[in-house]
Amino acid sequence: MRSIRIGAAEGFYGDSIFPAVETAQRGNVQYLCFDCLAELTMAILQKDRQKDPTKGYTRDITAAMHALLPYVKEKGIRILTNAGGINPVGAQQEVIRVARQLGIKGLKVAVVTGDDLLDRLPELRQQGITLDHMETGQKIDKVLDRIQFANAYLGVQPIVEALRQGADIVVTGRTTDSAQFLAPLVHEFGWREDDWDRMAHGILMGHLMECSGQATGGNFSGNWQAVADLDRIGFPVAEVRENGEFLITKTDGTGGLVSVDTVKEQMLYEIHDPSAYVTPDVVLDMTDVRLEDTGPDQVRVTGARGKRRPDHLKVVMGYLDGFVGQAIAGYSWPDALAKAEAADRIVRKQIDRMGLKYDEIRTDYMGYNSLHGPTVNLPKEELNEVYLRVAVRTRTKEEAAKLGRLFPPLALNGPPTMSGFTGMMQPRELLGMWSCLIPRDLIESRVQVSISEVD
Amino acid sequence: MANMQLRYLAQARSGDKGNTVNVALFAPNDDLYHLFVEQVTCERVKAHFAGLVEGEVTRYLLPNVRAINFICREALNGGGSASIRMDNLGKCFSSNLLRMEVKVPDNSWW
Repeated sequence: MRSIRIGAAEGFYGDSIFPAVETAQRGNVQYLCFDCLAELTMAILQKDRQKDPTKGYTRDITAAMHALLPYVKEKGIRILTNAGGINPVGAQQEVIRVARQLGIKGLKVAVVTGDDLLDRLPELRQQGITLDHMETGQKIDKVLDRIQFANAYLGVQPIVEALRQGADIVVTGRTTDSAQFLAPLVHEFGWREDDWDRMAHGILMGHLMECSGQATGGNFSGNWQAVADLDRIGFPVAEVRENGEFLITKTDGTGGLVSVDTVKEQMLYEIHDPSAYVTPDVVLDMTDVRLEDTGPDQVRVTGARGKRRPDHLKVVMGYLDGFVGQAIAGYSWPDALAKAEAADRIVRKQIDRMGLKYDEIRTDYMGYNSLHGPTVNLPKEELNEVYLRVAVRTRTKEEAAKLGRLFPPLALNGPPTMSGFTGMMQPRELLGMWSCLIPRDLIESRVQVSISEVD
Repeated sequence: MANMQLRYLAQARSGDKGNTVNVALFAPNDDLYHLFVEQVTCERVKAHFAGLVEGEVTRYLLPNVRAINFICREALNGGGSASIRMDNLGKCFSSNLLRMEVKVPDNSWW
């Protein structure tokens, strides 16, 4: 039975490109697929676009294409990426620019557009689409005038269309994380869009691959200290058969680990109901999925089941939600925690006295409770050092900036041994997320694929 | 019966989606899986995360991979890009859950 090999290239905006290069060189793959976008990434890219309208895509696409484009022609590897973020056309232009710089001719670079709904919101509202929050049911009115971006999660179809038209590189904006991985299967094997069980295997494969090293021993909660050579971790490679069954493995000689234990952690990562993982292409049921260790760094995956795809697509919008101001300073043994607590009391009294207006204030003691919050108990031994972190949520940037000014004087006017103060942090804008459902026809009718050839 | 922390018995990974965090707990064998299903209840998880999780906790069982998936709502101070917490993406909820103790039979070795 025919099979194809797909490599995971990047699991998020900012991921290492070296494992993908190693896969391109020695992984014997026909496709390299990226997932660059998280909810948080869209917020970051939106801020980029605001500063410079030609940006809004993941900037590391430049380095990634420099590293990988040589293999596209040499080995016939096709690259699929959602690096386009908020500006897929800008990302496509950047790929073309890099190709020209490298002197690569005849490269077909496709771009998928139509996921960006920001300008269409009034029209959609007029058509009676309420944009109610899909989880809380809230009405959108109180945040509507603060919306900064609005993107639908597209499925596999336009990517498959780009491959059909001969694209070597496909750049998209907001797609589901797994769409880039499913597309080669639909294209190569000609899977019908209602062949739900096969589509479900493809989505499961994509889900296992989309977070790069998280399936190959990264962020592993089992015996993580026994995972070899994380400094040169190999990213997952999937070998998929025409009937949907697949192996998860990685390139020989790389670090990391592929086992049932590493793969199963990724299987449930960011999943809610495992019997109904909703994507635009299929609803995946993983309750009968079987994982088997079939060799060193090789796991066989079978038993995914699919249910009919939904009639609606998920749309995520980001809206301005105030600012955070924060400052951090360290205190040393003895009485490190008591000193930091005293400094916190001083700062809070001064905040009140200056009339800083905040919606929320929180204090964290880094080295003690900054990650686990109120659920931790003090250790029996006294802490050697602790960092005081105070953060405020404010309506304006000016209010947030006031907090940082209270910290430098603590060095001379507060409890002893303040150190490790790294200066005042710039207030950061906060973006709230708003998810809703929109009938898919209204979105898909506007999705477009266009291809440019580098000459 | 002896009390034992989950860290010595289980694997876990957590991830964010909006203001919701999921925490998946994995047992290494069927005996422990049944023990977790009995003892690691939604009520206990909700109590364990008091002060972090404001909303409901629901759970889904996957005996095929010996996993329990907990969905904790209103858990991320508004969600990744709106949160003013340090662990804004909830990555540490998994290790936090591993601090929970379960009762294991005295005559067993895990």
